[in-house]
Amino acid sequence: MVRFLIKRILTAVLTLTAVSIVAFLMFFALPADPVTGMCPKNCNTERLERVRDELGLNDPKPEQYVNYMKGIFVGRDLGSAQGGQCDAPCLGYSYVNSEAVSDTFARVLPVTLSIVIPAAVIWLVLGVGLGMVSALRKGTVLDRLSVGFSLTGASLQLYFVGAVLQLVFVYTLHILPTPGYTSIFDDPLKWASGLVLAWWSLAFLFSAIYTRLSRAQMLETLSEDFVRTARAKGLAKGKVYGRHALRAAITPMVTIAGLDLGSALGGTVITETTFGIRGLGRTAVDAVRLGDLPTIMATVLISAFFIVLANIVVDLLYAAIDPRVRLG
Amino acid sequence: MSLSPIDEAALTEGPQAPGDAVPEAAAKEFVGRSPGQLAWARLRRDRTAMISGVTVVLFLVIALAAPLIERLYGVGPYQQFQGQLDGAGMPLGYAGGISGEHWFGLEPQLGRDIFIRLVYGIRTSLLIAFVAAVITAGTGVVLGVVAGYLGGWVDAVIGWIIDFTLALPYLIFALAVVPTAALRFYGPRDNPPDWFKMTVIIGIFAAFGWTATARLVRGQVISLREREFVEAARASGAGLLHMAFRQLLPNIWAPILVSFSLALPAYITSEAALSFLGVGMVDPTPDFGAMIFKSIDFMQTDPAYLFFPGVAIFVLVFAFNLFGDALRDALDPKSSR
Repeated sequence: MVRFLIKRILTAVLTLTAVSIVAFLMFFALPADPVTGMCPKNCNTERLERVRDELGLNDPKPEQYVNYMKGIFVGRDLGSAQGGQCDAPCLGYSYVNSEAVSDTFARVLPVTLSIVIPAAVIWLVLGVGLGMVSALRKGTVLDRLSVGFSLTGASLQLYFVGAVLQLVFVYTLHILPTPGYTSIFDDPLKWASGLVLAWWSLAFLFSAIYTRLSRAQMLETLSEDFVRTARAKGLAKGKVYGRHALRAAITPMVTIAGLDLGSALGGTVITETTFGIRGLGRTAVDAVRLGDLPTIMATVLISAFFIVLANIVVDLLYAAIDPRVRLG
Repeated sequence: MSLSPIDEAALTEGPQAPGDAVPEAAAKEFVGRSPGQLAWARLRRDRTAMISGVTVVLFLVIALAAPLIERLYGVGPYQQFQGQLDGAGMPLGYAGGISGEHWFGLEPQLGRDIFIRLVYGIRTSLLIAFVAAVITAGTGVVLGVVAGYLGGWVDAVIGWIIDFTLALPYLIFALAVVPTAALRFYGPRDNPPDWFKMTVIIGIFAAFGWTATARLVRGQVISLREREFVEAARASGAGLLHMAFRQLLPNIWAPILVSFSLALPAYITSEAALSFLGVGMVDPTPDFGAMIFKSIDFMQTDPAYLFFPGVAIFVLVFAFNLFGDALRDALDPKSSR
């Protein structure tokens, strides 16, 4: 177990290092001049040169990379124009937002989490639930409906669903306020009513995939010997399906949920753009539009970090749910 | 020495025997069918498969014949009909200006015909999706076969590259790469031409999309690797190329075909999403994602503008998904989806 964990973490560190190098090369070394996009509109050559110097773009590339990484782990001094001392998770300074990138992220991360976590709960419960039910009632109207639901959901576009939902519930029926973010600690009701459309459009599309997969998985599990044995020895249906079969069928779902984090992050980018909510995704889109390189770089790194972390958690969960899995 | 001809004869006859015996013995009752013919027969019987298949073909024809449709329809994708808009730039008439002349109405403000723009949008979308799917399938198959067949450190390296690719947040990466590449080659002033943007988008899909096929193929190859026919081929000195193309690939083309057909709708969706976010194709190029992005501003005043592109891309992706599923059922009757 410990050996597995160490091995897994070492691979993860290696992967993250590679991601950071690739991202660094892409965003700081590839552009003809990374500064043009970073400097506010009225920039003269003198100021451009100063920005270039402050960003250390005149240093050799490996040194720039080492400095950037050093900033993340121990912090570094960025110079007076960039807000002076930048503490430990230092991701650079954004000239566009006029603040340290880590401050921007501290502000927008709760927004994205407020969208993704409730949406994930909805899509997992809805998707796995529908899949299980339709597997148990295979061939019935219910089964056909849920298969149809999952195919429809898999073919719809997130932004189209979001726009239609908004048109119906906000502009036509006037049931919900214009989507927006309020902190859950300030006003939980407003928090929920402002984000509920984002949750459901995200959940609708993602639950489609889970319905499909969990139905297939459950059908396969139900045909296995241990399920028949459990039924044959007189165990109640509910117990067999709810305990034995569900547990075996849910294991692959955990892996997929972990792997899906990447596309869920992509999903929030689209959701936030559709509803005009400023979270991690919208920040990334804006940063790209404005050529705000430190913010783009940080978004890639943070997303990659979460994805790698999620995969480690999945591997551990896998072993916890399915005792047959040997880690090593 | 005298025994060898007999041995040789036995060897050459051996593998052929079952194939020859079946049609001869049962020629009256049974017709010998290849797996391909069986799958085709199953596909023909499946009503969903036929309907979605016809729809897919219809979309392909529309995409190929777009200039012809433009000529018959009499309206071009860049033509503006300012005379049919009111003072605020909204189309006159019902449901976004639907008329015999403009089947799906007009765009607000610019007054371009929505129908012909959708026709050309299908062309953009399918072109990118097809090229990307062909490239990813090719890369995935080659790397999957190599990793699965050779195993050892080659497998470990390819496996690590796959994990690495999966750790990159694809959409955020794409968001960042497209403008960076445009800036690198065209500078901040010029707007890069369509072919350049298409190439970059296809490049991104190719860089991120091959992992699924590679994993699938690798798994299949590993399970085939220990089978007798592979061992026999290896014993008779087959090289890697012969092994891959003559021995292994003919046995796994079915899952590859299915994953190819399901990759198409995924790329259509991704391309539209990129354009929606403003990093894919941009106006004036006709594109689903870019059209829907523009239509969101007019959602309250002109819902028809949102409706037509939204439904069109849904039908397109839905047909491809249904057909891909039906293909899977036909090629692998054991699978329960």
